[in-house]
Amino acid sequence: MATAVIAVDEMRKAKAPVGAIREPRIVGFFCNWCTYTASDLAGTARMTYEPNIPVVRVMCSGRVDPQFVLKAFEDGADGVLIGGCHPGDCHYQEGNYKTLRRFRLLKRVLRQFGVEEERVRLEWISASEGDRVQHVINEMTEQLRRLGPWTRQGAERCQTSPR
Amino acid sequence: MPDKPKVAFYWCASCGGCEEAIVDLAEDILQVVEAVDIVLWPVALDFKRADVEAMPDRSIAVAFINGAVRLSEQEEWAHLLRRKSQLVVAFGSCAHLGGIPGLANFTTRAEIFATSYHDLPSLDNPDGVEPLERTRANGEDLTLPAFFDTVRALDQVIEVDYYLPGCAPPPDLIMGAVTAILKGELPPRGTVLAPNKAQCDVCPRKDTKPDRIEISEIKRVATSTPDPEKCFLAQGYVCLGPATRSGCHERCLHGNMPCRGCFGPMDGVYDQGAKFLSAFASVLAPRDEAEIEALLDQIPDPAGTFYRFSLPKSLLHRRRMA
Repeated sequence: MATAVIAVDEMRKAKAPVGAIREPRIVGFFCNWCTYTASDLAGTARMTYEPNIPVVRVMCSGRVDPQFVLKAFEDGADGVLIGGCHPGDCHYQEGNYKTLRRFRLLKRVLRQFGVEEERVRLEWISASEGDRVQHVINEMTEQLRRLGPWTRQGAERCQTSPR
Repeated sequence: MPDKPKVAFYWCASCGGCEEAIVDLAEDILQVVEAVDIVLWPVALDFKRADVEAMPDRSIAVAFINGAVRLSEQEEWAHLLRRKSQLVVAFGSCAHLGGIPGLANFTTRAEIFATSYHDLPSLDNPDGVEPLERTRANGEDLTLPAFFDTVRALDQVIEVDYYLPGCAPPPDLIMGAVTAILKGELPPRGTVLAPNKAQCDVCPRKDTKPDRIEISEIKRVATSTPDPEKCFLAQGYVCLGPATRSGCHERCLHGNMPCRGCFGPMDGVYDQGAKFLSAFASVLAPRDEAEIEALLDQIPDPAGTFYRFSLPKSLLHRRRMA
């Protein structure tokens, strides 16, 4: 939970120029073995991509508690990108299958909350697919620019501490 | 006995079941009445707002407030009782989490009014009249409380000291709370006055839970009867036991109904619905996308089911309004 909060805090510190339309803020949760390694590869290969996404490294995409996604939105994110290993390639055998089921169910729940499809995305990106990291982040950032920011509602006086 | 501690009971958006729970204390209520002065209890005794306003601030030892906050009047009462009371206890699921009235956060005031005053087939309202906050009739100004778009739990309106969970809270937890308050033996502020263990931990059916649950068909109590002995999840029923606090004496489970989550999450959980979603999705059998979707189609209202009692206290609070 803390990691998502830190990621959003970092984004808040990066000040946008006054009067500018706010850039989309995306929180990434990348699996250590595949997608995170792929983003490292993109970096060493000097591929450039949109800077809108602080990445939280998790040991497995199956570690991504749906609460992380909701907390990111509560803390000011406009989108969440989850990256894991391709089906069959999970370092822990079946973590990514759990991710897939959670993600599909979470998408249905988010639809009922009025969260647009483009705001939450799951991508299978293997360690060798640095170009895929670049493409997905650029594409998602552009989609969220068109969609506009996520605004919280119904939290005028709200305690976010666990109950 | 002039210095008996003063106690207030109040109801906001609720069904009256929490009031019933106090009556369900049966003979024990006599001990309570002997030990305290009830200075406000609208369901049973005639007190007016002016009576409470006339009391000195912090003169009420404890106010038990049930129900969610849906109307401006309830918000005003909550603030009034907070000012007059040393302790405020959110009593029951609706005050604690938003409860069943909180499910209205999947809709809006305009949609509710459209249904209730225009679209219902059984409605007789030829002039399309809607309730107004201010009306003039027979030379009098009449007022009604404002109806909010968003239903809130009590601690989203005022500071709350303790929480008594449940729909409704069981008598032993109520008596435990009252006794602790009278003796001054209170846990840290903000505590939910119920065990911090999951329902599954105390479930009478827990020995029937297989080591590995794999659900390939989701069942509903509306269309089939559960086996009265076996773990509900293992049978394919949506049972919120893994993500719900215990302390209810498993009333639903003994009635052959899966847990619906009224006690809310355990300590440290931000969002009961998401936590349940996580647990539930992980015990579904399919790995293939199309098969997963086909299985999920068998849950007609996932958000309403997972957040049945806790929508206002969820991380997103409500459906986004246009």
